[in-house]
Amino acid sequence: MKQTIFVVTENIALTHDIMRMRLSGDTSEITAPGQFVNIMIDGLYLRRPISVCDSTEGSLCLIYKVVGDGTAKMAKMQNGETLDLLVGLGNGYDIKKSGGRPLLIGGGVGVPPLYMLAKQLIAKGCDVTVVLGFRSDKDVFCKEDFEALGAHVIITTEDGTQGIRGFVTDAFEAAGNYTYTYSCGPEPMLAAVYRASVTSGEYSFEERMGCGFGACMGCSCKTLYGNKRICKDGPVLVKEEIIWEK
Amino acid sequence: MGEMNDRLKVNLCGIDMDNPIIPASGTFGFGYEFAELYDINILGTFSFKGTTLHPRFGNPTPRIAECPSGMLNAVGLQNPGVDAVIAEELPKLKTCFSKPVMANVSGFSLDEYVEVSAKLDAEDQVGWIELNISCPNVHGGGMAFGTSAASAETVVRAVRDVVKKPLIVKLSPNVTDITEIARAVEAAGADGVSLINTLLGMRIDLRKKRPLLANTTGGYSGAAVFPVAVRMVYQVFKAVSIPVVGMGGVSSAKDVIEMMLAGATAVEIGAENLRNPFACRDIINALPLAMNEYRINTLNEIIGGAHEWEKM
Repeated sequence: MKQTIFVVTENIALTHDIMRMRLSGDTSEITAPGQFVNIMIDGLYLRRPISVCDSTEGSLCLIYKVVGDGTAKMAKMQNGETLDLLVGLGNGYDIKKSGGRPLLIGGGVGVPPLYMLAKQLIAKGCDVTVVLGFRSDKDVFCKEDFEALGAHVIITTEDGTQGIRGFVTDAFEAAGNYTYTYSCGPEPMLAAVYRASVTSGEYSFEERMGCGFGACMGCSCKTLYGNKRICKDGPVLVKEEIIWEK
Repeated sequence: MGEMNDRLKVNLCGIDMDNPIIPASGTFGFGYEFAELYDINILGTFSFKGTTLHPRFGNPTPRIAECPSGMLNAVGLQNPGVDAVIAEELPKLKTCFSKPVMANVSGFSLDEYVEVSAKLDAEDQVGWIELNISCPNVHGGGMAFGTSAASAETVVRAVRDVVKKPLIVKLSPNVTDITEIARAVEAAGADGVSLINTLLGMRIDLRKKRPLLANTTGGYSGAAVFPVAVRMVYQVFKAVSIPVVGMGGVSSAKDVIEMMLAGATAVEIGAENLRNPFACRDIINALPLAMNEYRINTLNEIIGGAHEWEKM
């Protein structure tokens, strides 16, 4: 983990409530897809955790949903403004477990961290299928970005306005055979994927955090491998350890 | 450099400290997350995660909520239990921290406080016992002991009997008169008091129209509570003759000086560690310059300095 200052180089709307922010700064601490950064925002006390969508040397891409005071302030930021970030937080996904044909499943604002994951899996020669679930056609984002990587992309919308009508699990048949699952999204979606998937997999969880680096025990959860901190021991848990409580 | 460091030295209940800075219990784990970031031996000491007799998961999540200039937490004393702390955490700590550490003890019964305190008192690495009779996030223990003078006195007396090391009692601000509790624990044999624990608070999610925290209530900490903490440290300093450890919203070297002027011999830093993991290091580095700015030669000489005007 590193505390460092980033400069905003782009901050644009992708949909009515989804923004993409690109920043420049030291990304050397980001070691795996699925990690997150914790952002200090003027006028707010606690940092705001946002998953890393993509990271290259010196450049960071975050895609975030405007849901509260913190993300509303982020949405107003201009190019050239700076942000204080804790970088390289969380365990991230393990790309070694993928097998040859991994299935990636993202819902809503759980889609972004799958981008860097898909990029790395394709780079190591995997045949990657991505299922992206949204409420409606107007909520869809990142489809072309995944296609540009060379992934097979299946869209689901709850109202059927784009792609397959229904939830991400309704796309499993269309996805065909797969060797491993990687998932990120709201907890009910993760639970549905957990039940529907026939392979092992990794699931990225969300929780309200205090510090983001394992100090405060604010985001603890119980697993079959013992108590874990979503921020430090997660956010990615393996299928075999997950206990569904909520 | 050595001369500069001497200006920061204090003595807390008979133990010399290089500086008065102590990361507060519950914001620093057992030290090693921070030891990956900087050499934690620069600290005065730190107070480790509140330890109970049995392992505890704590409260359901969400346990954290944002507040104006602060935060609510309702962690509820998650810890691996005293035996695991002694068997696993303390040996790991030894590899990255060579100073006496402050052992924070909590409990749900008189017997539990006594047993945990006795076990930790016997550990070489433990310098002080900080007896937490003020946790607002557990039911049927914690704060229940610290909100009446009689029960505070009873638990401190019982722990005093089994603890040879300096015994510091951590007080709750959620009382009508904190000086009454402070006097009671002094009478029961405490070597010092630390204050304030968090202020009991609550927030409500407007969308869901229900409490934000799964525990309904939580402890309020952060910069917002600093004036309350300064006031209470000032009052308690006047009420007792044992050392006072000040905490509550401290986030800068200037805050440390203010807390010491109010009467603190040492100063704990809590929530600020969660916003800025380097907060304690930064404050220690900033202290000499802040002291120059306010014409302070040594920190030791300003303890309780703000009380002088009353004598004039």
